[in-house]
Amino acid sequence: MSETETAALTSSATPPLAPLLLGHPTDAELTHQLISPVWTPRSRPAWLAAFGVAALGTTLLLYAVTVTVWKGIGVWGNNIPVAWAFGIINFVWWIGIGHAGTFISAILLLLEQRWRTSINRFTEAMTLFAVVQAGLFPLLHLGRPWFFYWLVPYPATMQAWPNFRSALPWDAAAVFTYFTVSLVFWYLGLLPDLAKLRDAAPGRTRRMIYGIFALGFRGSLEQHRHYRLLYGLLAGLATPLVLSVHSIVSADFAITLVPSWHSTIFPPFFVAGAIFSGFAMVVTLLVPIRRIFGLENVITLRHLDNLAKMMLVTSWIVIYSYLIEDFIAWYSGSPYEKYQFFVARPFAPGSMVFWTMQVCNILVPQLLWWRRVRASPGLLVVIAVLVNVGMWSERFVIIVLSLQRDYLPSSWADYAPTRVDIALFVGTMGFFMLLFLAFLRLFPFIPVAEVAELSHELRAEEKV
Amino acid sequence: MRAGVLGELMTPEAMVAAIVGLRARGYRRIDAFSPYPVHGAEEAAEMKRSRIDWIVFPFALAGAGAAYLLQWYCNAFDYPLNVGGRPLHSAPAFIPITFEMGVLTAAIVGLIVYFALTGLPELWSPVFEVEGFERASIDRFWVGVDAGDPRFDRAAVEQALVELGAARVAWAGPRWAP
Repeated sequence: MSETETAALTSSATPPLAPLLLGHPTDAELTHQLISPVWTPRSRPAWLAAFGVAALGTTLLLYAVTVTVWKGIGVWGNNIPVAWAFGIINFVWWIGIGHAGTFISAILLLLEQRWRTSINRFTEAMTLFAVVQAGLFPLLHLGRPWFFYWLVPYPATMQAWPNFRSALPWDAAAVFTYFTVSLVFWYLGLLPDLAKLRDAAPGRTRRMIYGIFALGFRGSLEQHRHYRLLYGLLAGLATPLVLSVHSIVSADFAITLVPSWHSTIFPPFFVAGAIFSGFAMVVTLLVPIRRIFGLENVITLRHLDNLAKMMLVTSWIVIYSYLIEDFIAWYSGSPYEKYQFFVARPFAPGSMVFWTMQVCNILVPQLLWWRRVRASPGLLVVIAVLVNVGMWSERFVIIVLSLQRDYLPSSWADYAPTRVDIALFVGTMGFFMLLFLAFLRLFPFIPVAEVAELSHELRAEEKV
Repeated sequence: MRAGVLGELMTPEAMVAAIVGLRARGYRRIDAFSPYPVHGAEEAAEMKRSRIDWIVFPFALAGAGAAYLLQWYCNAFDYPLNVGGRPLHSAPAFIPITFEMGVLTAAIVGLIVYFALTGLPELWSPVFEVEGFERASIDRFWVGVDAGDPRFDRAAVEQALVELGAARVAWAGPRWAP
């Protein structure tokens, strides 16, 4: 769509949309700009400092994992009745963050949203690394993680099979599939850019390394012809997949009888929350990186504006779900449901987390109604971080507060995390950062071929 | 392309025009190399839509079917275990894994089929030896005619490419060839 068309479509009262690409770079300039971070890192001290912090976090994670495996999961704070706590909260939180990545790369591709082009590689990487963190928690929660393969139906000497009527093997299948498909999608998208890195590499060693990963891709007609179709096909597969993953995660809850969990709203509610928190994470990571690497011309205010709008929309789906949950609790007439929603959550121990969730997920995103807020990268980061806090709190409320107060008052007990719990959570953030920073250094995190194609399309349209 | 003549063009439009021009001159085994998919290039070369989806589809169905069958075999046939009186063969509970395995098979088979159809991985190809070809992934568009084309004649193809606007023309493939 050309500038004039865009202006004609938006009503005269609103100013025209910011462009998706600034300036008129040639293909060579654009490619150079986008792959140069791989050869010549920018702001080295800042990067090293961030990498150091991330490495420290990763060390903490290794330590916490070692303690957990060595001593057993008794070192975690969860116990009956709160049998699921940090492990599952963090699992749900991390995997939810991954969802926005797939949403941007697959669903927005199918919807022909061009603004996804500059940010999809980056968010796919976010998805992969978030799923890695997520997978760690159920694995450790098994207690004896070295027997994880018992989840796979293989003819064992024990002569027993996994029970597939339980939601837990569904989870294993969903998370494994999600990770693998995301990896295939990401690698396929990376292939043309790896070829660029091979051809532009300054030295023989790097040319060989990137050459091996590029697999000899050379952009021939045949390669492009099948490539485009397969890429679209994978997007089509990833779209229902991303919806299914968090639905299956929510089934872990919904198939139980715990008050507030046993509800049909859980799958859409979880998916909306996942995409909400994922977009918040995209903004949290994107704004600083755009600044550090000087990418204001390819990640424009238009991108940030769209991301902010997506956060606003998903926040309203989440708010709507909260309202429906409350309504159903009241309408069900069940004293346990009513107690859970109207007494336990707002007033029982841990209710601070409930109120944090209310503020961060309901009130804070409403700032995004203002165009000025959406155009201010600094404010967007603050809002996004608060949304991430809010979404983590939501999972805490759903898991801990529900389990603390179920049917029998005699079995009520309060929950507090241990140091190992906190170290694991902080550690996964460090590990996530570590993977992400390494990715920023080793691969072009803006899809060069796609942006060059978009730039060419935009130029062609301007001429018309 | 294992052997043939290549010409370097500056813009995607010129690339499409060159493909059209070569076809008009009767060549059929035309290939082109570009940094990104160029609109209209495949149509100009009269290539059909890729069939990957139809190749992958039966595999996806088989993956999903196998997953369903395995769940039924494990929980309803080989080791029926009564859990809370629920039916042993409970189709709704088997659907999630069936779906996931269908998607997983489709993605993996899709990648394998892509490699099979395009001959990847192929770390070296004669075209990489052409001087300046490294810019085919950056900002140049190369069009060529394969030596296996029935009407192939090196001098004539070189002449045609120059007429179609190629900035330089080069031979890709073994040195001893025509």
